[in-house]
Amino acid sequence: MSPQFLQFLISGITVGATYGLAALGFTLIYNASNVINFAQGEFIMLGGMLTVYFTSAGLPLPAAVALAIAVPAMVGMLVEKLAIEPAKGAEVVSLIIITIGASLVIRGVIQVWLGKGAFAFEPFSGGAPIVFGGAVLQRQCLWVLGVTAAIVVALWLFFRYSLTGKAILATSCNPVAAQLVGIDTQWVLLVSFALSAAMGAVGGILLTPLTLTSYDVGIMLGLKGFVAAVVGGLGSGLGALVGGLLVGVVEAMAAGYISSAYKDAVPFLLIFVILFFLPRGLLGARVTERV
Amino acid sequence: MALLEVQELSKAFGGVMAVQQVSFRVDAGIVYSVIGPNGAGKTTLFNLITGVYAPCSGEIRLDGCTISGQAPHLLARKGIARTFQNLQICMNMTARENVMVGAHLALDCNLLRGMLRWPALRRADAAQSAEAAALMRYVGLDDYIDSAAAAMPYGALKRLEIARALAARPRIVFLDEPAAGLNPKETGQIDVLVRKIADSGVTVVLVEHDMKMVMNISDRILVLDYGKKVAEGTAREVRRNPAVIAAYLGAAA
Amino acid sequence: MKRRGIILLGAVVLLLPLLLPNAFYYDLAIRMAINAVVVLGLNLLIGFAGQISLGHAGFFGIGAYASAILPTQFGWHPLAAIAAGATAAALLAALVAKPIFRLRGHYLAMATLGLGIVIAIVLKNESAYTGGPDGMTVPPLVLFGHELSGEKPWYWVFAANLMFSVWACSNLMDSPFGRALRALHGSEVASQGAGVDVARYKMAIFVFSAFFASIMGSLAAHYVGFVTPNVADFSHSIELVTMVVVGGMASVLGSVVGAVLLTALPQALATFEGWETVAFGLILVLFMIALPRGLVPALAARFARRR
Repeated sequence: MSPQFLQFLISGITVGATYGLAALGFTLIYNASNVINFAQGEFIMLGGMLTVYFTSAGLPLPAAVALAIAVPAMVGMLVEKLAIEPAKGAEVVSLIIITIGASLVIRGVIQVWLGKGAFAFEPFSGGAPIVFGGAVLQRQCLWVLGVTAAIVVALWLFFRYSLTGKAILATSCNPVAAQLVGIDTQWVLLVSFALSAAMGAVGGILLTPLTLTSYDVGIMLGLKGFVAAVVGGLGSGLGALVGGLLVGVVEAMAAGYISSAYKDAVPFLLIFVILFFLPRGLLGARVTERV
Repeated sequence: MALLEVQELSKAFGGVMAVQQVSFRVDAGIVYSVIGPNGAGKTTLFNLITGVYAPCSGEIRLDGCTISGQAPHLLARKGIARTFQNLQICMNMTARENVMVGAHLALDCNLLRGMLRWPALRRADAAQSAEAAALMRYVGLDDYIDSAAAAMPYGALKRLEIARALAARPRIVFLDEPAAGLNPKETGQIDVLVRKIADSGVTVVLVEHDMKMVMNISDRILVLDYGKKVAEGTAREVRRNPAVIAAYLGAAA
Repeated sequence: MKRRGIILLGAVVLLLPLLLPNAFYYDLAIRMAINAVVVLGLNLLIGFAGQISLGHAGFFGIGAYASAILPTQFGWHPLAAIAAGATAAALLAALVAKPIFRLRGHYLAMATLGLGIVIAIVLKNESAYTGGPDGMTVPPLVLFGHELSGEKPWYWVFAANLMFSVWACSNLMDSPFGRALRALHGSEVASQGAGVDVARYKMAIFVFSAFFASIMGSLAAHYVGFVTPNVADFSHSIELVTMVVVGGMASVLGSVVGAVLLTALPQALATFEGWETVAFGLILVLFMIALPRGLVPALAARFARRR
C-alpha cells in the first residue's frame, strides 16, 4: 500500500467516523419519528465550540468535554419539545423545514455569542504522531476511532439488552403498537433526540483538535452525515456507519487523487450515484406501497 | 370474444403468493363481481389488471391485446378506469376538479396554452366543467357540486370516485369495494348506480363484501380464496357451491 | 377572490413608485419582485405539485453566471446569454429529473440539496471562468439597442415581469395541466389511473421552475451588475423555500407575500448580523407549527369562515 494511499485512507476513516456518528444520530431520530433532523450538524458544532468555550473559561478538559456533551443533549431535547412535538403529523416538507429552522436558531445564537472565529483545543493525549507504513497517524485519530467504536458497541448493547433500548426499537417499528403496550412514545422521542445530539457532539469534540471548529462547521458536517445516512439506507444503524465510513473515505480519496477543490462536492455526487441504482440506499428497506 | 381475459395470473410479495394462477373472462356489458374472504387477493388482482403492480407470470388481455404489466396511465388510454379500496381522492382540490381529472386524457394539457389562457382551451375546459357537474348529478351528488373535496362525507366521496372513473368514458370500470363503510340505504343507492352504469354499456368489474348487493346485481361472480380461484359462475351457481360455502363459513365439522 | 388579489397587486405595483422616496427603496422593491417570481416558479413545484427542491438557488446561479460569463468572455449578446442560461438550466433539470423523481420524501430532498450544492461548488471553483469566490462583474442588459441602467427602468421591467408571471401561473394552475399537477399531489396513484403520466409531469414542472429561476438569475445579475457564487448556495435555496412556506404553499399570491416579507426582513435586521439567522430560523419553526399552509391560505380560510 503506498504511503499516500494510506494517508488518505487514515484521514478518510477518521472523518468518516464523525460522519458515521452523525449518520447514526440521523438514523436514531428518523427511526423514532420519521423526522430527518437537519439540526444534527449543529449538535456536532456545539460539541466542539462548547468545549472551546468551557476550556477557555478555565475548566479542565474532562469537565469541559462532559458539559459539551450534556448541553447539546439538552438542546436536542428542547428542539424536540418545542419544535417537533407541536408539529405532530405534519407533512414531510414541513418537518424538514422546521428542523432547518431549528438549526438556523442554534447556529445564529452561537454566531452572536461566540463570534465567527475558528477555534481548536489541545488533542486529548500529547505526544508525537505515529509514523506507520510511511503515513502519519495523529494520536487524536486513534481517539476518534476508539471512541466511535466504543459508542457503537455501547449502543448495540443498549438496544439489545436494556429495556429503554428495546422501547426505542419498538417505537421505531410501530409507534401505535408501542403505545398500546405501555411505552411512552413521547419520552422515547425525547431520549432519541438527546442521544442523537450527544453522539453528534462527541463526534464534533473528537474532530476539533484535528480540523478546527467554528460556528458554521455544522452545515457541511451535518449534510455529509445526512448523505452518509441516506447512502447506507435511512433507518439502518449499520448502514449509517458503513455510509459514514464510505463517504469519508471516498471524499478523502477523491480530494487526494483527483482535486481537493471539489472535495465538498464528492459526497453529494456519491449520493446521486447510489440513489440512482438503489433508490433506498445501500441497506435501506425495500418497500411496496399499499393501495 | 370476451372484453377482458385473464390467464394464469400470479403475483408474489416476498414469500406470500397473493394471487395464484387465476384465470377468468369478462364479457362486454356485464356486471362481474369478485368476492372472497379478506386477504383473498381481490384488490391485488385489481392492481395487477390496472397496472399498479406487474404480474410475476400470466397474461392479461383487453379486447385481444396483451396489456399485462403496462403502466396505469397507459391503460387509461385503453379505456380502463377504477376506484380504490382506500379512497384516493385529491383532498387538495374541489369535488368538480376531482371529476375533471378523470377526463384528463380528453383535455388539452399544453403548458404554454394553459399559461396564456388560450381561448380554445378555456372553452373546452368550461365544457368539461359542465360535464363534470352532470356526472356528479348522475351519481347522485347534486348537493356537492360546488363543494371542496375535503368537506364531503365519506359516502359522498365514494361516489365522487365513481364519477371520476366515469369521466374518462371508459369501456370497463373496476370498482373496489364501492359500498365499504356505507349504511344500508347508501349501499342500496350504490346498487342502483352500478346497475345504471352497466345498463349504459360500460362493463363493470366489482369487488364487494356485501353479499346481498353482489347476489342482486352480478351477472357472473368469481370467488377467490388465498389467491386461488375457488369458483366461477352465475349468482345461483356460486351460492350453492360447497367450496364457496367452506371458504366463507368453514367446512362442516 | 384570486382575481381581486391580482388586480390589487397590479394596482400596488403601478402606484408604488409614487411612494418610494429614494433609490434604496426602489432597490428593495425590485429585489422583492425578483424573489417573488423565483418563488412563484418554486411554489409550482413544492406547493402545487407537492414535490420538494432544496437546491433551487443552483438554477438561479446558472442563469446569473451565464449572463456574466457569456457576454464578458465570449462576446455574446446579453439576451442570447439569458436564453442560453435558461436552456442550460432546463436541460440540467431534465437530465436529473428522471432519476431524482423516482425518489420519495427525504431521499428526494437530499438529491435536490446535493444538486444545488454541487452547482455552487462548481461556480466557486472554476475561477478561470467565474472569477472564483470573489465573483465577477456583469455587463448591463441591452434591450432594443438601449443599455438598461438605473432603478426606475429596472423597476418597470421587473414589475411587468412580476405581473405577467403572476397572471401566467394563475392561469396555469386553473388549466388542465395545472389540475393534473395538483391531482398528482393529491393522489399519485389516482391521477395515474386517470391517465396522468406522473413521471413526465414531475419532470415538466421541475424543468419549468428551473427555467424560471434561471431567467430571474440572469435578470437579477444584470440589475445588480455583479455576481458571486453565494447566489447559488444552500442558504439562498433555504431562503427561497422559506418564502414559499411562509407566504403560502400552492398559492400564487402567497408566493408574492412570502417574497415581500422575507426580502424585507433581512433589511430590517441588517445591523444585527447573527440575530438575522436566529430570526429566520424562529420564523420558519413558528410558521410551520402554527400556519403550516402559509399566510395567504390561512387568511383566505379566515375570510371564508366569516361569510
